[in-house]
Amino acid sequence: MIALSPRGRLFARRYAQNRAAVASAWLLSALALAAFLSVPLQAVFGLGADTVDLHHRLAASSLAHPLGTDELGRDLLLRLLEGGRISLEVGIAGALAAAVLGTAIGLVAGYRGGLIDGLLMRATDAVIALPLLPLLIVLAAIDLRKLGVPPELARSEVASLYRIVALVALVGWTTVARIVRAATLSLKAQDYVRAAIGLGATPARIMLVHILPNLASPVIVATALSIGGVILQESVLSFLGLGIAPPLASWGAMLSGAQETITIAPMLAVYPGLLIFLVVVACNLVGDGLRDALDPRALQARPGA
Amino acid sequence: MTSHILRRLTESVIVIAAMSFVIYALIGLMPGDPIDLMLGSDPHLTSADVARLKALMGIDQPLLKRYAAWAAAALSGDLGYSRLDVRPALAALAAPLGRSALLMGLSFALTLVVALPLGILAALRPRSRLDHAIDLACFASISLPSFWIGLMLILVFAASLGWLPAGGIVDVGGGGFLDRARHLLLPVMTLTIVGFGTFARYMRAGLLDVMGQDFIRTARAKGASERRVMLGHALRNAITPVVTIVALSFGGLFSGALATETLFAYPGMGKLIYDAVLGNDFNLALAALLLATIMTLLSNLAADIAYAAIDPRITDR
Repeated sequence: MIALSPRGRLFARRYAQNRAAVASAWLLSALALAAFLSVPLQAVFGLGADTVDLHHRLAASSLAHPLGTDELGRDLLLRLLEGGRISLEVGIAGALAAAVLGTAIGLVAGYRGGLIDGLLMRATDAVIALPLLPLLIVLAAIDLRKLGVPPELARSEVASLYRIVALVALVGWTTVARIVRAATLSLKAQDYVRAAIGLGATPARIMLVHILPNLASPVIVATALSIGGVILQESVLSFLGLGIAPPLASWGAMLSGAQETITIAPMLAVYPGLLIFLVVVACNLVGDGLRDALDPRALQARPGA
Repeated sequence: MTSHILRRLTESVIVIAAMSFVIYALIGLMPGDPIDLMLGSDPHLTSADVARLKALMGIDQPLLKRYAAWAAAALSGDLGYSRLDVRPALAALAAPLGRSALLMGLSFALTLVVALPLGILAALRPRSRLDHAIDLACFASISLPSFWIGLMLILVFAASLGWLPAGGIVDVGGGGFLDRARHLLLPVMTLTIVGFGTFARYMRAGLLDVMGQDFIRTARAKGASERRVMLGHALRNAITPVVTIVALSFGGLFSGALATETLFAYPGMGKLIYDAVLGNDFNLALAALLLATIMTLLSNLAADIAYAAIDPRITDR
């Protein structure tokens, strides 16, 4: 057992009280383990999530293919696991990128105040107010070569991964920015920060050393709560053919393929969506649990929760 | 109040102007340009022709200059010609706008009809079994991908049972009221299922918030019946945040539901934007996105003003 600080023990005890959050954490861990282990296991058994077998398209479940095969004869279970790995990667990376961007913007706005604050917060309001999905579609359709990205890189499948993460960060930073700004405003007025100013610390040092560490709890909670939304965004973009590029698997892209064969192979349309749903629910429940465990005041402030 | 509205109006105009530039620049970053498309359909064009055409249409000009020319034309009502629809972009927007407003309006009304009673029921008995069940349903609603639940509805009601059409707006040869209603049913159900959770949660939280306040205790202390406390005192005050959310959602009437419309092949604004972006219809994509953005921002402004008007505690920030 890992030794925990008193604060850590308190957090663990509070989190453990939330049964739904604990179950969700187990579910996500199990899925992540299976998804990430499937890569080395495929190599050992000589299987591949990308292996096309046109003689066994849309096969029913069998010993060789526990969940059957898709429209190109690829093993559905392996595709689902790879899709899960990519969904989790994009969800976590996207939420983290958005959190970093949001923290930087909120910190500067809150600490600097004045005109910079006004401009940044109006920009935040504007981004929140925009019709998101239509704009994401345009952003996803952008030709990276026109931005000076080398053609071979722009076409690669890795680029589609990075692009999604960047897009999600570009539209998702607003929540964290608002939270960080509000927290920074109140921290700025604390005596210890004023003491640091009096000692001649530079603004950058105060923001990074004195204020940033105290923002950890709210930022962690907001980031965790946003992962589910990021996974949903990735899946809808991939469903529309603008997200993860094949041959990489994505639950959203699998669903758009399944739409064509829904009358012959309905289960192809059921599994990927069910997994998106389960993972998003689990992410939201874990986020809820983290919030209640990290910030007991939030629990009291929510009547009847 | 007036100065507040004026300031918000000015802000919205600035944001709209800024967004028009951003959207213009983004559309310019999409693959290809109009001349490349012409080149694809006419192999006789020489590279000299291409250079001449690009100069003629101003495609070789710097971005700011092109934007200024486009903005001047747009302000005079000329948003260019749609490549896919072969008519002016503005004319091509009319029918999809109506269809999206119909789809979104119906879904929105149904969503409220489902969500508000659920939220009120949950708030009446906090922490009861019913409250937990409703909370779970809301959680599911928020976490469901719209295109998947739509696909499942197609699987059950169209592919398996054959009761309803899987997409489109009318059957071939059809077009009557019942035919149109049948085509709307699955998309409306989809949007309601993924939408009710948010509103129910808002309603519940708003009502619980009000129920904890002093004037409710006063009303009870005066001996008012629980029914009167709820209907006369609590609900009226709890509805304020809900009205704001409702106003905020009005922008959706004009931008449509992109994923759901695409899934059900419902030719509204969402599908139009998707088709225009994928089909390199630059003018149409630009016009549709701009319209969707403007309407969303204006509905936000309306929400802000409505909130200030309803809630007497807000005078001027």
